[in-house]
Amino acid sequence: MIDLQPLWLTARLAATTSAILLLLGVPLAGWLAHCRRWYKPLAETLVAMPLVLPPSVLGFYLLLAFSPASLLGQWLQSIHLQLVFSFAGLVVGSVLFSLPFMVQPVAAALSSLPANLREASYTLGKSRWHTFWHVELPCIKPALVAGLVMSFAHTVGEFGLVLMLGGNIPGVSRVASIAIYNEVEVLNYPAAHVYAAVLCSFSFLVVLAVNLLRRHSERLAA
Amino acid sequence: MIRFALQKQLSAQLTLDVAAELPAGRITAVTGDSGAGKTTLLRLLAGLTLADSGTLEVNGEPWISGRQQLSPQARGVGMVFQDYALFPHLDVRRNIAYGAAPADQPLVEELLALTGLAPHASQRPAQLSGGQRQRVALARALARRPRLLLLDEPLSALDPALRSRLQDDLLQLQQRFAVTTVLVSHDIPEVFKLADQVLQLAAGRIVRRGTPAQVYLHGNTAGRLQLNATVLAIQPADLLWRVTVQSGGSMVDILLDHDEAAGLRVGSTLPLLASNLVPLPRPAGS
Repeated sequence: MIDLQPLWLTARLAATTSAILLLLGVPLAGWLAHCRRWYKPLAETLVAMPLVLPPSVLGFYLLLAFSPASLLGQWLQSIHLQLVFSFAGLVVGSVLFSLPFMVQPVAAALSSLPANLREASYTLGKSRWHTFWHVELPCIKPALVAGLVMSFAHTVGEFGLVLMLGGNIPGVSRVASIAIYNEVEVLNYPAAHVYAAVLCSFSFLVVLAVNLLRRHSERLAA
Repeated sequence: MIRFALQKQLSAQLTLDVAAELPAGRITAVTGDSGAGKTTLLRLLAGLTLADSGTLEVNGEPWISGRQQLSPQARGVGMVFQDYALFPHLDVRRNIAYGAAPADQPLVEELLALTGLAPHASQRPAQLSGGQRQRVALARALARRPRLLLLDEPLSALDPALRSRLQDDLLQLQQRFAVTTVLVSHDIPEVFKLADQVLQLAAGRIVRRGTPAQVYLHGNTAGRLQLNATVLAIQPADLLWRVTVQSGGSMVDILLDHDEAAGLRVGSTLPLLASNLVPLPRPAGS
C-alpha cells in the first residue's frame, strides 16, 4: 500500500497555486495586454523568466530571500510567517514559477481581441473595469481555462523548486514528484511506479483537455 | 446644436483641422477619400481619440475644451462601428440592453420590435445575418438614448438590395429618436437619401459643405454617362469587329472599326460613353 499523502499534498498545492494565479495573473495579464509604457518589455521578461530559469535557481534565491538571515526573512519572522520548509513557502514559490503559464495565454488572448469591442463598451457608458470583467474576460474563456489547467499541471510536475525551498518533509513538502525520487532512493520501485503512473495519466489528461478545448474554441470561432 | 472646432495631428504631414455645426436632430454625412480623416473625426467626437486642441460643445455643454476632454463614458454618444463590434458572448437582447439604463427595459423591447429582431432576441451575433447584425448594432447604440449618434460606414459591408432596405430602417429609427447623427459614408446615393448636410473632407480639411445637392450637383453633372465595360468576345463582322461587352449586368454588342478594336482582348476594360439616356418604364407599383 502506498502513502497517498504526497498525492493529496500535490493536489492541494496545485489547486491553491492555481486559485491564487487566477486572482493575481488575470489582472496582471490585463495590464500587460493594454500597457503601452516603455517598461512593458521589462515586465514581460520578468513574467517569462521562470520558463527558461532552472527551477533550482529560483528555489535557491527564494531560499536565501526567505531565510532568517535576510532582511525579508527577518520581517517575515516578525509577522510569524515561515516560508522556508513550509507549505506556505511552496505556494509562494509555485505561484512565481507558474506565473507565465497563466499570464501569457491570457495576455495573448486579450491582445488579440479587437479593440473596438472595448471601445463599443466605453461609448455605451461602461468603465474600463466593467468592460474587462463583462466583455473581455468572457470573450477569452478558452484561454482562461487553458491557463488554469496548464498552471495546475505545471505545479503538479514541480521538483527542483520544491526540493530547494521545502525540502522533503512528509505532509509538508513531500509532493508526488519528490516522493518518486524518495522511493527510488530507497529502491522501492513498485511505489515509485504507482506515483509515476498517476502523474503520467494526469499529464496525458491535461494535454488532451487543452487540445479538446482548443478545437472547441476554433469550431466556435468558425 | 452641436458645435466643434478640432485639431489632431494624423501624421508628420497631415493635420486634421475641422470646424462645423451639426443641426439638432438631423443627419450630417462626412465624406471624402480614404485617409482624409473621416473616422478620426468620428473618434474625436466619441472621445475614443484625444484631440490635440479645440472645442466640442453639445447643447451648451462642453465635451472638449482645450485639454479638458470628457471620457467616452461621460459623453452620451451611440456609436455604430464599421464591423458592428457586437459582443459575441451576449445574445441580441443583452447586446441591446448592455448600455441601456436599468429602467429602460421597455425601450429595449421597443427597439427589438422596431428592428424586427424580436424573434432573434435569444440568438448570439454569430447566428445572425449581416443585415441583422447591423440592426443590433444600431439598436444597441440607440438604447443608450444618445445625444449624438455616430455611424462609421455602417452599411458598407452589405449588398446593394439589403443596403437600400436598411437605409430606410436607419432613417425611420433616426427620425423616431430625433437624435443628431453623424454618418461616415463613401456612397453618394446613400448620402442623398439620408443626409441633410454634407461635410466633404480632403487631407484633413473640410473642402465643401452644404446639402447633398449643393455639394455634389453644382457644376459636377454631365450630359453623358461613362460606363466601364468588360470585353467578353471579339468577332469579325464584314469590315468591322463585333465586340460583346458586359456592363452593369447587361451584355451588349457594339461595332468597332479596325483601329478601335486594335489591342482589345477578352477581359479588357473598355470605357464607353452613353448619351440620350431614356428611363425604362417602371413596373406598376414600384
